[in-house]
Amino acid sequence: MSSTNATEPALIEFSEVIKTYGKGTSEFQALKGVNFVIHEGEFVAIMGPSGSGKSTVMNTLGCLDTPTAGHYLFQGVHVESLNRDQRALLRRNYLGFVFQGFNLLARTTAIENVELPLLYRGMKRHERQTAARKALQLVGLEEWENHSPGELSGGQQQRVAIARALVTNPKVLLADEPTGNLDTARSQEIMELLSRLNRDLNITILMVTHEAEMAAYANRLIHFVDGLVEQDAYQEPKS
Amino acid sequence: MIWNAFLLAIREIRRNLMRSILTMLGIIIGVAAVITMVTLGNGATAKVTAEISSLGSNLLMVRPGQRMGPGRDSSGAKSFSLEDAEAIRNGVASIVAVAPTASASVTAVFGNDNWSTTITGTNNDYFQTGNWSFAEGRQFSETELKSGKPVCVIGKTISKELFNNEDALGEKIRLGSFSCEVVGLLQSKGQSMMGSDQDDTIIMPIKTVQRRLTGNQDVRMIRISVKPDIDTDVVNRAITMLLRDRRHLSDNEKSDFSVMDTQEITNTLTGTTRVMTMLLGAVAAVSLIVGGIGIMNIMLVSVTERTREIGIRMAIGALEREVLWQFLVEAIVLSSLGGIIGIILALSASYFGSMLMGVPLIIDYAIVTLAFVFSAMVGVVFGYFPARNAARLNPIDALRHE
Ligand SMILES: Nc1ncnc2c1ncn2[C@@H]1O[C@H](COP(=O)(O)OP(=O)(O)OP(=O)(O)O)[C@@H](O)[C@H]1O
Ligand SMILES: [Mg+2]
Repeated sequence: MSSTNATEPALIEFSEVIKTYGKGTSEFQALKGVNFVIHEGEFVAIMGPSGSGKSTVMNTLGCLDTPTAGHYLFQGVHVESLNRDQRALLRRNYLGFVFQGFNLLARTTAIENVELPLLYRGMKRHERQTAARKALQLVGLEEWENHSPGELSGGQQQRVAIARALVTNPKVLLADEPTGNLDTARSQEIMELLSRLNRDLNITILMVTHEAEMAAYANRLIHFVDGLVEQDAYQEPKS
Repeated sequence: MIWNAFLLAIREIRRNLMRSILTMLGIIIGVAAVITMVTLGNGATAKVTAEISSLGSNLLMVRPGQRMGPGRDSSGAKSFSLEDAEAIRNGVASIVAVAPTASASVTAVFGNDNWSTTITGTNNDYFQTGNWSFAEGRQFSETELKSGKPVCVIGKTISKELFNNEDALGEKIRLGSFSCEVVGLLQSKGQSMMGSDQDDTIIMPIKTVQRRLTGNQDVRMIRISVKPDIDTDVVNRAITMLLRDRRHLSDNEKSDFSVMDTQEITNTLTGTTRVMTMLLGAVAAVSLIVGGIGIMNIMLVSVTERTREIGIRMAIGALEREVLWQFLVEAIVLSSLGGIIGIILALSASYFGSMLMGVPLIIDYAIVTLAFVFSAMVGVVFGYFPARNAARLNPIDALRHE
């Protein structure tokens, strides 16, 4: 670990996290003891060769999957000892997830997709729509709220997905290759959006990317190789 | 939370309108088929039963010869006599009416109108055995019966054909060589089970018919009404014994007459219609099951898509039970909506069907409930269980589902 700032509370702490897929002879260790500490307000880019465990880390961070061993502390709470519902509530209240494949509901308008997390929070119809509109505005899609994913470009769909992740005002935004399906111009748009969110709203962002160009927007770079953190360094973000 | 689930379910139904409609269609068809078939079947049974009871309840009909049905005996068996009828009246317990009958086909004439019909000669018990009631006029008097006076009671059809439904009492109808005075008009009974017009009848004292039309003392049929709640079999045996004795038949000879029991006919016919109803019900039940399989199919096919959706919902923070509630509510809404539409459809189909078939509308609420519950259960089971399996996955596994 490089320079950690002791005055800030640790938002996320991974210690010796192991993730094993499969059983018996087909057993495969995707994470072999991962350690890192993430502080509030950081914009972290995660890089590494294919199969090095980046997505596995993200899914574990996002409580979409559970580690086989090790500790995952979120604001000091041991996530690995939470039950399903508690993990769901953690996702609901603190985390926003952006997938490489967008994962929007088909045949559902942009605004309804963005509203969805608020529905589970039991928010009133009016507040829900106001919040969803604001989130869409933030990603520059206010004109497109009544279009379904099939009627939107890849970049627009990814922005809807980001709006959906943001609408709940999450503490942490987790994005697994958010620009993986986009051309350079769209990718840069998304990256500028993310760094704006990080700067202006103080949202902690963890992002997986293959492209150094995109990683340059982050202020910290973690490099994965073979299920382990190989390099972890702060950098001056591009803006 | 339930309200939320309801909201989510309605959104889901709207979003997958085609699938929702197809799911409901299975339920609608199944429910509608079962209810309609059973309702019409019940109506047909009721109609047959009503027709049989118009024939006369607890009625025994004794005829010479062994042949049943409306045809005359071909065996040349000896007819009965009025004394046989008296002997039955006096010698058999538990009977309330005995009506010997003799009949003849005639052309009845009044003014310029004539009409071919059947004359039945009998006594006043006939009206009781046949469940006849009077619209106007009176029965025969004791003297009219004893001396065979030319008086008659006519059915509705005669009144219509000869008198144009105008007042016929006191008028004289010409029957070949003699005239008879109309003293009574019967209430209409309509068509018989065999489709013949029961109101196309003229009734006279049996002695009048024997003397002036048939020219002999023969009694072609004896109709006997048994007291209600008495086993007609017992009476039947008593009559058979008495008549065998009077006809001097030895123990090893077969009876040369037959006793027909309307109770038996009733049982046979209602039995037949009941079998029909059950058959229709079975066919309908098959369609209900096919509808159920349709629902199952649609639900299972959509599971792949739904599993990913459940993954998305859980990834953005839905609880397992929230997802399940949503699917449960969706299934309940779809199946009960389908069930209700099916019931409405069935009731209107039954209404028009029963009108078309001329049978009474008898709605069996047990079947309505059963069909509804079954379809709702199919919808809920097949809508809910695939969703439950998906909601138990780790979100990431649900998302990766192919
Ligand atoms: N569900 C799974 N079952 C079995 N093995 C898995 C599963 N998911 C991932 N793996 C394995 O774990 C290793 C790490 O996978 P992961 O998806 O984290 O890689 P990655 O770094 O995201 O790669 P990429 O850059 O290609 O997305 C890979 O070797 C992969 O085959
Ligand atoms: Mg990956």
